[in-house]
Amino acid sequence: MTDQTLERTGTATGERSMGMPRHHLVIFAGLLMFFLVAPFFLYPVFLMKVLCFALFACAFNLLLGYGGLLSFGHAAYFGGAAYVSAHAAKAWGVTPELSVLLGTGSAALLGLVIGLLAIRRQGIYFAMVTLAFAQMVFFFALQAPFTGGEDGIQAVPRNMLFGIFDIAQDRVFYFFVLAIVFGGLLILYRIIHSPFGQVLKAIRENEPRSISLGYQVNRYKLAVFVMSAALAGTAGATKALVFQLASLTDVHWTMSGEVVLMALIGGMHTVFGPIVGAAVIVTMQNYFAGFGAWVTVLQGTIFVIAVLLFREGVLGVIGRWLKKPM
Amino acid sequence: MTQADIILSARGLSKRFAGLIAVKDVDLDVRRGSIHAMIGPNGAGKTTCFNLLTKFLQPSAGTITLNGRDITSMAASDIARLGMVRSFQISAVFPRLTVLENVRVALQRRRGDNFDFWRSQTVLNQFDDEALRRIEEVGLSDFVDETAGELSYGRKRALEIATTLALEPEMLLLDEPMAGMAQEDVERISALIRRISANRTILMVEHNLSVVANLSDTITVLARGQVLAEGDYETVSKDQRVIDAYIGAGHD
Ligand SMILES: Nc1ncnc2c1ncn2[C@@H]1O[C@H](COP(=O)(O)OP(=O)(O)OP(=O)(O)O)[C@@H](O)[C@H]1O
Ligand SMILES: [Mg+2]
Repeated sequence: MTDQTLERTGTATGERSMGMPRHHLVIFAGLLMFFLVAPFFLYPVFLMKVLCFALFACAFNLLLGYGGLLSFGHAAYFGGAAYVSAHAAKAWGVTPELSVLLGTGSAALLGLVIGLLAIRRQGIYFAMVTLAFAQMVFFFALQAPFTGGEDGIQAVPRNMLFGIFDIAQDRVFYFFVLAIVFGGLLILYRIIHSPFGQVLKAIRENEPRSISLGYQVNRYKLAVFVMSAALAGTAGATKALVFQLASLTDVHWTMSGEVVLMALIGGMHTVFGPIVGAAVIVTMQNYFAGFGAWVTVLQGTIFVIAVLLFREGVLGVIGRWLKKPM
Repeated sequence: MTQADIILSARGLSKRFAGLIAVKDVDLDVRRGSIHAMIGPNGAGKTTCFNLLTKFLQPSAGTITLNGRDITSMAASDIARLGMVRSFQISAVFPRLTVLENVRVALQRRRGDNFDFWRSQTVLNQFDDEALRRIEEVGLSDFVDETAGELSYGRKRALEIATTLALEPEMLLLDEPMAGMAQEDVERISALIRRISANRTILMVEHNLSVVANLSDTITVLARGQVLAEGDYETVSKDQRVIDAYIGAGHD
């Protein structure tokens, strides 16, 4: 018995530092290092876009990969928060950190309402309900008086951080975005690796069994839905300040589809996979922009290849090779 | 038999699916501390009965009481919290979690309705020792860190039992706990069931008649959704209607 315990401690709980397995810490450190140095070599706006979508994809994947729920309406939270954040910055002149906070809060609220109605449905019906509500948000953005219709909200100002620091310059604003995105990623990491996250995984793996153990699964599903929506909102709200624009693209159903692609390409059962997926898709969109409509075709092709070659996503496959969950 | 002796009872329990009555007017009394077996040919309605008793399905008619309390309109998760826990006919493990994690999910219930997403899961290590004990009990000590989905069928069943037992339920409903197990595992699990039955009540569906004969105090025979006979093994196995039902369904 004691042998057993000792042996096990060696494999499962060993090699941990700062509450995570060492290779995860290395990945986080590597990512941080890369993104600290990258703006000196690559366009900050491009990098900020990658960061925002990385957070968006990871937030979405909290629901898909760990809650086992496929939402096809995450544009509602991303785009909804983008509009709130843009409106708050432009019409009310609030500070950037408050804009992001307001965007996050409104996405959480929206997630609560839609989640309450969606989580009782299973599988494809769940996806359909989330899509239907996201379409309602889209039409709202199209029609409402303060959303600017087809034009969206343009020329959103980057106000003073905390009301004192001027961060409007891309090179400075970049670090504000980096801090938010890393904060968001760490929160997501913790949620996944918490006692709560452990119950989520159990529900994902076998819902009836979780019920038979006494878990009120709908409460867990609602909680994770709201968390996922909130952090998707953080990403959208930040993105609106990066591009100084909130537009219909942000709430369009293709945005909901894109984030599904990001998670699947990177690996939905991995923590870091969606970051890779986001980087791949955003890079393609940027560098292949010249191909016009062909970008979509290229995206589709890459997706088909990815699904056929690595069903577990890029990091899913790498994780299996290295025998270390990513 | 006094009221206090009965832990679980059903009256007039019925379930109608579209075009089919799967369970019809079943009365059932399970004595506290007993091992009660439910047998019957394939499609007799045994699993459906389990689903009704644990509220995984809503009965079309009838009432269910657990410890004298009407549970007919309760949610399945609340019934588990009252101490009646079921297993499933199709082995129900959490396939991508390790054996240890599977059992810990059950032990974690003791932390109550905790949604602490801000805490590291290392707080769950407090349950490791107990989980390892449960795992040893069912003979899976060599597989502690293995992914549950990769276990053989018999070992999955053993893990399922360990997980169920970790909740220390007052009453267990086991749906064919030994289906697909090798003979030595059947013996191990039989012994385990007998051991744990000391201070618990067990209602089980089992096709292995020698197991049923050995373990159970009372047997209820179900056929076409109705109770055909009830009593100890001696009585039931000599009942002509039971013999007919089994022959009619193509069993021995
Ligand atoms: N959800 C359902 N919808 C429709 N019919 C069902 C459903 N569940 C069970 N049935 C039917 O109800 C009848 C009883 O099924 P049940 O699974 O309870 O039998 P069982 O006694 O457990 O059989 P087995 O020994 O094969 O496990 C069968 O005819 C089955 O096809
Ligand atoms: Mg059955």
